[in-house]
Amino acid sequence: MFKKFGKFLIYFFTQFGLATEMIKDSVFWFFKSKLEISQTLQQILKIGVESVPVILMTGLFVGMVLALQAGNTMQNILSEPLYIGLLVGFSLVRELGPVLTAFVIAGRAGAAVTAEIGTMRVTEQIDALSTLGTNPIRYLVIPRLIAFMVSIPILTLFSDIMGIFGGYVVSVEALGVPSHTYISDITTYLGIDDLMHGLIKAISFAFAIGVICCYKGLNTRNGAEGVGKSTTGAVVISMVIILVIDYFLTAILHAFGV
Amino acid sequence: MPLVYSMIKIENLKKHFGSKHILNGVNLEIKDGEVTTIIGGSGTGKSTLIKCIIRLLEPDGGKIIVDGQDITHLNNEFELAKLRKNFGYLFQEGALFDSLTVGENVTFGLKYLTDTPKSDYAKIAREKLALVGLKNIENLRPSELSGGMKKRVSLARVLATNPKVILYDEPTSGLDPIMSEIISQLILDLKHKLGVTSVVITHDMKSAFEISDTLAMLYEGKMQLVASKEEFRRTQNPYVKQFIAGSAIGPIQMKISD
Ligand SMILES: Nc1ncnc2c1ncn2[C@@H]1O[C@H](COP(=O)(O)OP(=O)(O)O)[C@@H](O)[C@H]1O
Ligand SMILES: [Mg+2]
Repeated sequence: MFKKFGKFLIYFFTQFGLATEMIKDSVFWFFKSKLEISQTLQQILKIGVESVPVILMTGLFVGMVLALQAGNTMQNILSEPLYIGLLVGFSLVRELGPVLTAFVIAGRAGAAVTAEIGTMRVTEQIDALSTLGTNPIRYLVIPRLIAFMVSIPILTLFSDIMGIFGGYVVSVEALGVPSHTYISDITTYLGIDDLMHGLIKAISFAFAIGVICCYKGLNTRNGAEGVGKSTTGAVVISMVIILVIDYFLTAILHAFGV
Repeated sequence: MPLVYSMIKIENLKKHFGSKHILNGVNLEIKDGEVTTIIGGSGTGKSTLIKCIIRLLEPDGGKIIVDGQDITHLNNEFELAKLRKNFGYLFQEGALFDSLTVGENVTFGLKYLTDTPKSDYAKIAREKLALVGLKNIENLRPSELSGGMKKRVSLARVLATNPKVILYDEPTSGLDPIMSEIISQLILDLKHKLGVTSVVITHDMKSAFEISDTLAMLYEGKMQLVASKEEFRRTQNPYVKQFIAGSAIGPIQMKISD
């Protein structure tokens, strides 16, 4: 039992070390060489632009369900649906917008990144890049890291806006909250620091997803079966790490008053 | 006999994966401007050996000297890139980039390894594809090609950068007899017209005897015999005799269970 746990710890820290190595290489190549602009734009298109519809949909319904839950709870406690805008706005912008956006992107684009890089690894395309004079980190990892870090914060904003709109529709149409009450709840209480709180989270999640998914892809072994394993692994690890980072960032940001 | 310069010198080379010792003291000299052929059963480590030469793998022991430079543990990315500039590597399964067209695949190395202006790319792609018997396929994707065609496109990609040393991993496997002969002739042409140094892994004994200046047989981690083709034909070495004859009876016992 202890032996197994020890083995797991060794495995975990080895992987962590190797992933850190990849981050180091990425930083090195980012400053040492010209950015692959067309690759980067292509990845922003695939990871960001193509994810817009699903993000709008999830954002909308999360906002709606938040308003419904908050409304029903307030109705039960205070016999009146008060502070709905406030509750919807805070939960979305500080917490659910960044987290759910990161989850959706990890599942949608992160999986695709790992599968693509993993397939390239097992079919020796990564080795071919090296023999043709291109560093795989420079050509594959950096464009994807940038694409995640540009896309996720912007998608988070989209998700926030859709969510607040969804909350508005439910509050006004279903719960009978006056429209100006909902809006003034949000404009009075929600500040720029809440937005920053959410965006710092979004960028951190994006970095984590990019590193995990590229790393898992680059370290794929054992053919098609290995690609499947890496891909599910990358998504699961990304989701767990997102929640872990979320907790600690919330604590840290709160301590700094953001 | 004139003294021929050793382009690549391999001394007591060792490589293992986990507990599997694949190369166990390989010695081989590859002479400038000659064709050296490596034969040996599947899984004996032929690919592993030539991957060590361009340092896609790092040896565990011994030495590799390329053009006077010890590259055994060369790990500086820029030094490695300089080394690879002179090399071409034909991958066993082609390793074409799935996401690019045939034309983009063929010219991929030009951007990173040469100063060729972009305006010449189309012409180079056409020329190199013609050398391997292909025409008008620049706009297809690798997934639209047969196995043999992929192999030949991959060879065109190697030829595009005009390397001084080419490492071929089974260049004629999967090709029909006529196409195999064309590729064998091409390897000889490159030697005679451009003085290219070649290392060819092959199972095709007809091609091996046609193109080689030197043959080398790898068995159980070591070279059984390194000699001219005349000596290979006359040898009494039972391992080599059995392999050339393709006989199931002899000292080499294939492990069917593998
Ligand atoms: N990256 C690797 N990790 C683990 N084992 C490997 C790796 N590459 C090759 N091998 C093993 O090394 C042996 C030799 O492989 P290879 O050099 O491809 O043989 P050959 O080209 O002669 O058929 C095989 O048993 C193969 O399974
Ligand atoms: Mg092989």
